[in-house]
Amino acid sequence: MLTDAHCCFQAEVEETLKRIQGQKGVQGIIIVNSEGIPIKTTLDNSSTVQYAGLIHQLVMKARSTIRNIDPQNDLTFLRVRSKKNEIMIAPDKDYFLIVIQNPSD
Amino acid sequence: MPVKKRSAASSASSKGKRHPDDIFPMVLTSATQELFGCLADEDVTGENPHKLLRKDDIIQDIKTRAAVSDFSPVKQIVLDYPEDELLLVFDRDFVYGQCFYLVVTPEAKDRILNPPVLQTEEVFKNEVNKTPEPQPWIPQGSEREVDAEADTETREKLRYKFSRVRRNFGSPVCFSDRNTADAKDGYLECASYQDSRFSIKQMQRDCGMQAVPRLQSSSAQTQWKFQRNVFTQYVPRQLSDEEKENVLQSDSLKKFCTSVTPRILHTLQQVQIANVFVDSWKALGAGVEDGDWAGKVYEDLALYQAFTDQKYTNNKKISTVNWHPTIYGVIAVALMKEKEERESESTPSFILFYSFSDPSNSQLLLECPDDICAFEFCPSDPNIIVGGCINGQVVLWDISAHVIHLQGTEPRSKKVSIDTDTYDLDDNKEKTPTVHYSALSAAESSHKAPITDIQWLPPTFEVTRTGSPAENKYKISVQFVTCSPDGWIMFWDLRVQKATRQPVIDAKQTTPRSDTFKHLDRMWKPLFRISLPKINTSGEYLPLKFSLEHYTCSGNKTEDDDEINDSSEVPDYSQLRLPSAKTLTALEDVNTKLYIGTEDGEIVYADWKPVRDESGRQHSGKPLHCYRVHDGMVNTVQRSPFFKDIILTMGSFNFAIWKEGVMEDLIIQSPSSEQICTAACWSLSQPAVFFIGKKDGSIEVWNLLEKTSGPAQVQAHVTDAKITCIKPWTASSKQHFLAVTDDQGLVRVLEIPKTLHSSSRSKGSSVKKYFQLEEDRLHFYLQKVDEWEKLKKEAEEAKKRTEPEKSPKEKDQPTVPSVQEWRDHQMLEESVLKEHRLWTPPANTQDT
Repeated sequence: MLTDAHCCFQAEVEETLKRIQGQKGVQGIIIVNSEGIPIKTTLDNSSTVQYAGLIHQLVMKARSTIRNIDPQNDLTFLRVRSKKNEIMIAPDKDYFLIVIQNPSD
Repeated sequence: MPVKKRSAASSASSKGKRHPDDIFPMVLTSATQELFGCLADEDVTGENPHKLLRKDDIIQDIKTRAAVSDFSPVKQIVLDYPEDELLLVFDRDFVYGQCFYLVVTPEAKDRILNPPVLQTEEVFKNEVNKTPEPQPWIPQGSEREVDAEADTETREKLRYKFSRVRRNFGSPVCFSDRNTADAKDGYLECASYQDSRFSIKQMQRDCGMQAVPRLQSSSAQTQWKFQRNVFTQYVPRQLSDEEKENVLQSDSLKKFCTSVTPRILHTLQQVQIANVFVDSWKALGAGVEDGDWAGKVYEDLALYQAFTDQKYTNNKKISTVNWHPTIYGVIAVALMKEKEERESESTPSFILFYSFSDPSNSQLLLECPDDICAFEFCPSDPNIIVGGCINGQVVLWDISAHVIHLQGTEPRSKKVSIDTDTYDLDDNKEKTPTVHYSALSAAESSHKAPITDIQWLPPTFEVTRTGSPAENKYKISVQFVTCSPDGWIMFWDLRVQKATRQPVIDAKQTTPRSDTFKHLDRMWKPLFRISLPKINTSGEYLPLKFSLEHYTCSGNKTEDDDEINDSSEVPDYSQLRLPSAKTLTALEDVNTKLYIGTEDGEIVYADWKPVRDESGRQHSGKPLHCYRVHDGMVNTVQRSPFFKDIILTMGSFNFAIWKEGVMEDLIIQSPSSEQICTAACWSLSQPAVFFIGKKDGSIEVWNLLEKTSGPAQVQAHVTDAKITCIKPWTASSKQHFLAVTDDQGLVRVLEIPKTLHSSSRSKGSSVKKYFQLEEDRLHFYLQKVDEWEKLKKEAEEAKKRTEPEKSPKEKDQPTVPSVQEWRDHQMLEESVLKEHRLWTPPANTQDT
């Protein structure tokens, strides 16, 4: 029964990722833990590691900025728009989710 | 009882293996202790456990108390004991089982009593030995120094006793002070003096020194203002697979996913709805550069520099100006004398070279036999300059030896060294370097009227004697074309021609001339010539300006061709031979037609390829078309640098734009202007812009995309006199210049503002579309004219047929509807074109 529950959890995670991946223009999804180590990804290893490391620092910085301005505030979402694509980061207490989207696809 | 019970005693004493044989532990009652004075902890203590007992006393005690005595077990030992005193040791710690023990043998007694003492004594002795005893002094030689420094009395102290006279004893004494200097001989001085007999050289001097360290204490403290956490990672941290599995299955991850997903989906959808990456405004193409709408403010052409050379340009006008094709900032102008002056004196004429660095002095002079009306730099070798004289001769210069004068002066160069100063001074003192012409054409075979236009053939093809274009093996320009109002267009070649006479060597040569073209001098004849007979009437057209199509080689470029193209060596023209027509491959696709502007204002479209007539001789064929467009002399026929089939022609009062291939008529015509236009040129950077110079010294900038009814910008008073020539040049992407010359010998260089020279890619296509539009309009118009003609003819025929029956009024009726239709159509056309600002009122009536 324990294994069943675990499978269920895993399936939920998979299902969520599939939903996001199915959106138009999504290039990749990465789930990173609070230390910046990628847990699950749809991109190749080198890109994943690069994104995870860089974005982790960015999220830390952004979060600390928000909280420095108002300690009761917190970061809920971060969007980085560039010339070629858009990176969306949803932070949480323990993990954060990175989605890379190319809107012209 | 001298019973030898020693053994028994000894055996008795040896009970218990815990204690050695020579002592006997025993218990002493307090009575015994009192008796013998060895009370525990009083007389004998831990520190002083030894008590010597007299043997007699012990025996006495034994006798008195017999069995009760404590000493009874040791009675025999005591009796046998040789000495008088026995040792009793207080065993405080019950080491041997009892509280006292008696030392049985004297040796043991001695040992117990003495050795510890002996040991302590030895310890004391050692300690005493450690304190140092004074050693006798071992002299090392220092006592000599000590003795030397010591003060010892060399003699006894002198003693003086003063006493008063006896009778004065007891009387008060009065003491007073006196200075030694007050009384003479108050003191006796033994001054030191330097004895000249000998001198002592001080070899050594004692000097006391103390080194003091120079200390400086200072402190610093940085402010750690920006505290930031930095971390580096050399190798990315990765979780192992099972760790990942664990995390994936954790509950917190699931919660995280559920909480985060809606946000992400919402954002993704947002991006899909509105694509923020596309800038719709920009995509319209309505940027600053793209906009050609009216209302754009034009900046003026700014005066960059004016050039004049007082020595040479007095009372002279400039006929034409050219930019040096490769050297930055070098202009060449051809000076022409006034008509009256020409007839009276015969001063030499010059072509002046100016450089940007020196606006008031010319850098180089080219000597001409007569006034030059037109000259050009050779496109493949800018050191060759060909010019057409006012007497019809062609002059050739080679300035390769003197190019250094033009190149050495860089514009705004920073090397203001003494060298250049002296060079300048020398320049002033001496004349500007002059180059004599290298070759002059034969007078009888040249033009009979001034040469008004001269053009080099591009290095891509050459022309044979028969006039057919052929492949140019060497890929250098060796041929050029001249035209003159004597009615001839001549083709010239720089190379050695067949059947040459021996060149006449001119004995007196004042100025140095190059030998490059010696083979041509004085017997240079044109390759062939063509004339332009009039199409419908007799006589000939008198060409003033012409334009030929710049042919770019479309054939296969082999590696050899590229090499020849890339090599910058100047070919030796005297070695080049005119090839025979058979050896060259003919090029079929060269456009051999010319647009020619004549003295009467006609534009003639002719083919230079001579045709063979019946007798086998060749002569030039009749021109294909002639258009009467301009009123005065045509002063410019120029192809657009962007489109090779668009030609601008300029007459005295208006200009026209032609498209090659459209044989019927011109496609754009300008309204007549009030001032006489004297020069025109296309802009090199924008396809729809060209400049017109006028007689009153103003410059008009026309932009065809903006409006065709008038100039986009007029800049008045650029010069004070009539503008004779305008030439644009692109020095760099930022600097675009326009050279304007006038009747007073002044060259002005204007800088074209950015609005006029920034080009965009879309402009080219829009201009093309515009010209196409105009062409279509023309076709449409002609078509309509044809139709109208037809209708008119039909109407007339119909009228003729029905004339006896119909009244004159009815004659008009059949024509009225068609005319009415036509008029309606014209109105529609006018309104539509006006809407698009493409309306050009048909000012000139055209002969059809």
